[in-house]
Amino acid sequence: MEYIDNILFTIILAAGIFLFAKNIKKVIRNINVGRNIKVTDNIGERWKTMTMVALGQSKMMVRPVAGIMHIFIYVGFVIINIEVVEILIDGIFGTHRILSFMGGFYYFLISAFEVLAVLVLLACVVFLARRNIIKLKRFVNKDLEGWPKSDANYILFIEILLMSAFLFMNAADGVLMSFSFNEAMNVSKEFSIAATKIFGDNHVGAAYYFPVSAWLTGFLPNSPEALHLIERFCWWFHIVGILAFMNYLPYSKHIHILLAFPNVFYSNLKSKGQFSNLESVTNEVNLMMDPSLPPPPADAAPPRFGAKDVNDLSWVQLMNAYSCTECGRCSSVCPANQTGKLLSPRKIMMSTRDRLEEVGKELDLGKNPFEGEKSLLQDYITPEELWACTTCNACTEACPINIDPLSIIIDLRRYLVMEQSAAPASLNGMFTNIENNQAPWQFSPADRLNWAKEND
Amino acid sequence: MATNITDIKINTMAEMAAKGETPEVLFWVGCAGSFDDRAKKITKAIVKILHHCNVSFAVLGTEESCTGDPAKRAGNEFLFQMQAMTNIQVMNAYQVKKIVTGCPHCFNTIKNEYPELGGTYEVLHHSQFLQQLMEDGRLKIEGGEFKGKKITFHDPCYLGRANGEYEAPRNLLQKLDAELSEMKRSRANGLCCGAGGGQMFKEAEKGNKEVNIERTDDVLELKPDVVAVGCPFCMTMLKDGVKLNEKENEIEVLDISEMIMRAKDL
Repeated sequence: MEYIDNILFTIILAAGIFLFAKNIKKVIRNINVGRNIKVTDNIGERWKTMTMVALGQSKMMVRPVAGIMHIFIYVGFVIINIEVVEILIDGIFGTHRILSFMGGFYYFLISAFEVLAVLVLLACVVFLARRNIIKLKRFVNKDLEGWPKSDANYILFIEILLMSAFLFMNAADGVLMSFSFNEAMNVSKEFSIAATKIFGDNHVGAAYYFPVSAWLTGFLPNSPEALHLIERFCWWFHIVGILAFMNYLPYSKHIHILLAFPNVFYSNLKSKGQFSNLESVTNEVNLMMDPSLPPPPADAAPPRFGAKDVNDLSWVQLMNAYSCTECGRCSSVCPANQTGKLLSPRKIMMSTRDRLEEVGKELDLGKNPFEGEKSLLQDYITPEELWACTTCNACTEACPINIDPLSIIIDLRRYLVMEQSAAPASLNGMFTNIENNQAPWQFSPADRLNWAKEND
Repeated sequence: MATNITDIKINTMAEMAAKGETPEVLFWVGCAGSFDDRAKKITKAIVKILHHCNVSFAVLGTEESCTGDPAKRAGNEFLFQMQAMTNIQVMNAYQVKKIVTGCPHCFNTIKNEYPELGGTYEVLHHSQFLQQLMEDGRLKIEGGEFKGKKITFHDPCYLGRANGEYEAPRNLLQKLDAELSEMKRSRANGLCCGAGGGQMFKEAEKGNKEVNIERTDDVLELKPDVVAVGCPFCMTMLKDGVKLNEKENEIEVLDISEMIMRAKDL
């Protein structure tokens, strides 16, 4: 029965990884529902942008309070996870603090993790307060009603619990080590020597504490058995919690911690004003302007102009939807949203993901998700939202990870206009004017140069 | 002494081609600049400056046609490409190399969206071209009637965020020896006037405020003597906003080119 812990740990670890891989594969499958476009240009520039914007968080810092707090959590998350390497080894092989042979450096590492853990805790508390007490406008918006609001709070709570478990584990361990360093805890000699250097020769009976968790020892019982129980509980809670949290990602907006990187890498590097060129339209226009060109083969399926559903969008646009963290910076700068219109760029991304996940569920059942009545346009995103957009690019500028809600808005507008002739009447008037008068207003093209004859 | 526009010889590309000449730049006037009464004044200001700086320029005149920008933003890619291809045929036939536009929408469309359809040119917004003229010593701006006045610049979306040009207009305004102040939302964070994306040609969707009023509030908060703009649509929206607030006697809405024209008494 000696190895039961190790076996149990290995089983939980394998199950956690297996489940996670399965769900991530589904996310990838869903993203690949999108049109297959090739993004192979400017690779150097793409790495640079990803380093700056995703790794370096440059756009997060536009709003300094949220930016700094987010960096605490981000750096804390990445660096404290180095500790997971040790936890995995200890868990599988039944060792205890296997990396402690590094001595003083180990002490330094754990101390650094503890400082980061406190910063993460602080940031989580501030973030919870911004959402639930200060109630910042973009966090109490109707976009987030229901699950999205809970999702955000769950993430912050889980992080607080994980960090607390980490700190209490160290606190209990610190006390235990000070009781009887070598015998009870089986920690390496190198660490003992380092601890001696730091705390002096009288370390037995004195504190072996790490700098932050030392402050928690006052909350702990004195008996070694109880301390050991607490240490073990926190250890298990921490690692099982991490595995569970990992498996929560595919269901949560928190998946941005993975997708932010490819999302920025594949983001639009061109001028924001350059909208995509529809080649299918170019072919048709060329035929209209030059009838001598060969017509397309009769059996070719007519292309769909614009987007009606998620499979008309590109995989990059669908990855955008999965990457969105629903922070709402886009909507908070959107001129339409700020003036009470129905449009919210954040909601465009959330609706796209919602529809895509529904499509994914149909695929799981082996159905064709595009045979039914439902579609992204109309059922998830209404024309009223689309027609409120001024195409000003404030949303794409504001997004910390270069998500492009505008491209989805335009693709949906294209479907409304070119497939359904469903533009608002006034816009149809503008189109007619351009066709007949070569200007969006009803003026005679012959009068184009009249200004040159008019003195003020 | 201010000149009359009729005293300036404005060549069309056709006239120049007939003489076997090629202008330094094609001045792309745009639909607003050709037909809208207020925007026509901007067109004339640009022409007066070009004339003053001895820039050899021509316009397309009746051969110019909407770039297709409003159609494209509204989702009508067909109409956009028809317009684009027609314009590209005309400009390629005249072997146009360099274009100056009086409108950031025309600027953005020709610069960014025409190349994929076969029209590649050097395209400048008028603020960029005027800045070039200034740097080359061809245009000298010193003080003038705006000296000491409080001026703010409203960034057009299609010049600023869309194409990253925030400095050229400001560099020009700086030369007027005015007090250049920024609104709370400016540059990359600038607020749209509300006209882009086809909104100019339709009723606003249901909401609790017009976008141009929201933007005008930013202006009023600053209490400038002049709001400088670089786009005929922003001009309309802000002019309307200022007027609705009955501030048209206190705050002037002017295009950068009009300010330079007045400062130099052209």
